[in-house]
Amino acid sequence: MLRTEEMILNVGPQHPSTHGVLRLLVTLDGEVIKEATPVIGYLHRGTEKLAEDLNYTQIIPYTDRLDYLSAMTNNYALVHAVESMMELEIPERAEYLRVITMELNRIASHLVWMGTFLLDVGAMSPFLFAFRDREQILDLLNELCGARITFNYMRVGGVKWDAPEGWLRKVKDFVAYMRKKMKEYHRLITGNEIFVQRTKGVGRYDQERAIQYSLSGANLRVTGVKWDLRKDQPYSIYDRFEFDIPTGKTGDLYEKYICRMQEIVESLKIVDQAIEQFPEKGPIMGKVPRVLRVPEGEIYAGIESPRGELGCHIVSKGKDKPWRLKFRRPSFYNLQILPTLLKGENISNLVVILGGIDIVLGEVDG
Amino acid sequence: MNPLIVIGPVVLLLLVLGFVTYAIYFERKIIGWMQSRVGPNQVGPFGLLQTVADVMKLWMKEDIIPQKADKFLFQLAPIVAFVPSFVVLAVIPFTDQIKFADLGVGLLYYLAVSSITILGMLIGGWSSNNKYSLLGGIRSTAQMISYEVPLILSVVGVILSTQTLNLTEIVNAQKNVWFIFPQFLGFIVFLIASLAELNRTPFDLPEAESEIVAGYHVEYTGFRFAFFMLTEYVYVFAMASLTTILFLGGWHAPFGLTFIPPIIWFLLKFSLIVFFLFWLRATFPRLRADQLMPFAWKVLVPLAIANVFLSVILKELPIIQAYY
Repeated sequence: MLRTEEMILNVGPQHPSTHGVLRLLVTLDGEVIKEATPVIGYLHRGTEKLAEDLNYTQIIPYTDRLDYLSAMTNNYALVHAVESMMELEIPERAEYLRVITMELNRIASHLVWMGTFLLDVGAMSPFLFAFRDREQILDLLNELCGARITFNYMRVGGVKWDAPEGWLRKVKDFVAYMRKKMKEYHRLITGNEIFVQRTKGVGRYDQERAIQYSLSGANLRVTGVKWDLRKDQPYSIYDRFEFDIPTGKTGDLYEKYICRMQEIVESLKIVDQAIEQFPEKGPIMGKVPRVLRVPEGEIYAGIESPRGELGCHIVSKGKDKPWRLKFRRPSFYNLQILPTLLKGENISNLVVILGGIDIVLGEVDG
Repeated sequence: MNPLIVIGPVVLLLLVLGFVTYAIYFERKIIGWMQSRVGPNQVGPFGLLQTVADVMKLWMKEDIIPQKADKFLFQLAPIVAFVPSFVVLAVIPFTDQIKFADLGVGLLYYLAVSSITILGMLIGGWSSNNKYSLLGGIRSTAQMISYEVPLILSVVGVILSTQTLNLTEIVNAQKNVWFIFPQFLGFIVFLIASLAELNRTPFDLPEAESEIVAGYHVEYTGFRFAFFMLTEYVYVFAMASLTTILFLGGWHAPFGLTFIPPIIWFLLKFSLIVFFLFWLRATFPRLRADQLMPFAWKVLVPLAIANVFLSVILKELPIIQAYY
């Protein structure tokens, strides 16, 4: 008998496909993973603690930096929680602008996921195509609020900037453009034999396990659970739009890909409808007191971010600053299933399974 | 002594280096164009000097040898990898006149010598004393040894038809019909296996950046690293030449277009193969390591054997015989 030894492989935090600064300690037996331990915290900035010394408007830019691929939804999670507690009225126009920007941001975020996932699988071109199309969204959002990634766009009671002249038409053009591009993606990726082979049946888990690990977003829906906070606990004006919730059956990586691609299509539908219903005139900020004092008490408000349920828990003592602020960061919760998924897998599945979860380290580390 | 014997290899080396310089440039330009980017366009006119600048940069880099590496083997590996890649070019006949060594067993020589490169990669991966490079080294060894079998089997059909291993005679046998037609199955298997031999997409596992960072050459810097890259591109040159010779009729003109000189025909066919390799890189994802071996042994090897049988049977049939 040959003497064999287990090998401990350190993956990250500078590894090219841990999507940031995640570190994995992998115990290998040959090429089979015996155990994988994620080590997190390399990007920890203590957002929650910092927030205790900031007033509510000042916290908004900090939320931009949590999930930096979809800052709009993060902005909204905070302002939504504060607004629900203060029971503010939000002007129609602001609500529509919020929905449009959030959905555009969701598309941008899914495009980045798709691109980097294909990069993990080993294909280079889809990544660049995805970034080319994401650029269009970033340009649109840049025109609206002057930033490409950290938007700092929403305010308690409304939004900071109104849509400039002709912006809505540009968004409409983009929706048509993106619909065309989706076909291109399906032609390039979906039918590819190698891609199908590498993703079908890989990284599977069932409904029960997904719920046990409190997964949310596409990671949960891919197992067949039809759960989307936009539909199940409607917030903002999502009850006015018609859209489907794409779900999978088997919970493998291929379905995750299909699910997220369909979510892009659904988001396009929402943006389309929002532009149709967009109110011609009206304020973009509601009547908000000069100093925001949230009444004493606590609240939890969850919204559907591109990665899953993004919750904001505020405990207020009636001051202009939160006594305690806690974010339920979906990437962090979704990441917890990784060690169980990796056990017994081949090392070459490591990066695809990790990539399939869709984590953003800014959000994992908080 | 014939002065050509001395000058020839030097000229060829310069030619190959020139090819590598501009193959890298064109690869980046072509892939850039396919990915709606610009590609290199800053150094020199149209970025033509980009690769030169890159090589200069590698030249000036500090040569780092990891403390715990096996020094001797670490330094030996790039040489063991590179030398065979250049040596195999000796038997490639570019045209009827331009050739260096007209060996009777040219094809066998090519296949035998080129497999020494695997040793260089394995040594490099092992001696770096890095886990990623070890994984990469093992992977490339496993892959290249497995794919050598279908590669060799796929050319058996050609050998049977021509009854020679001499590359010049193989080309001359294709005067009327290129072997890509009667040996189509062999051509497909050869193409796929040669992709794996070249470590190119979709078989670029040994240097899968997203998995094992860079594979066997992860610890190499500066010129030693450049040698590994050079090896790969010289093999692209060699393999594209070999494909042209074995299946695309070498320097022979199609449709009787003989007014175009043979060397141009050779270059055209050769460029087509090179372009095809670059094209694949922009299109395909990567295979998984554990799907790689079954593909070689369960798909390619049986296909190659079937091709051998087919060639033998068709060779004996009266009408088709003429084409074999």
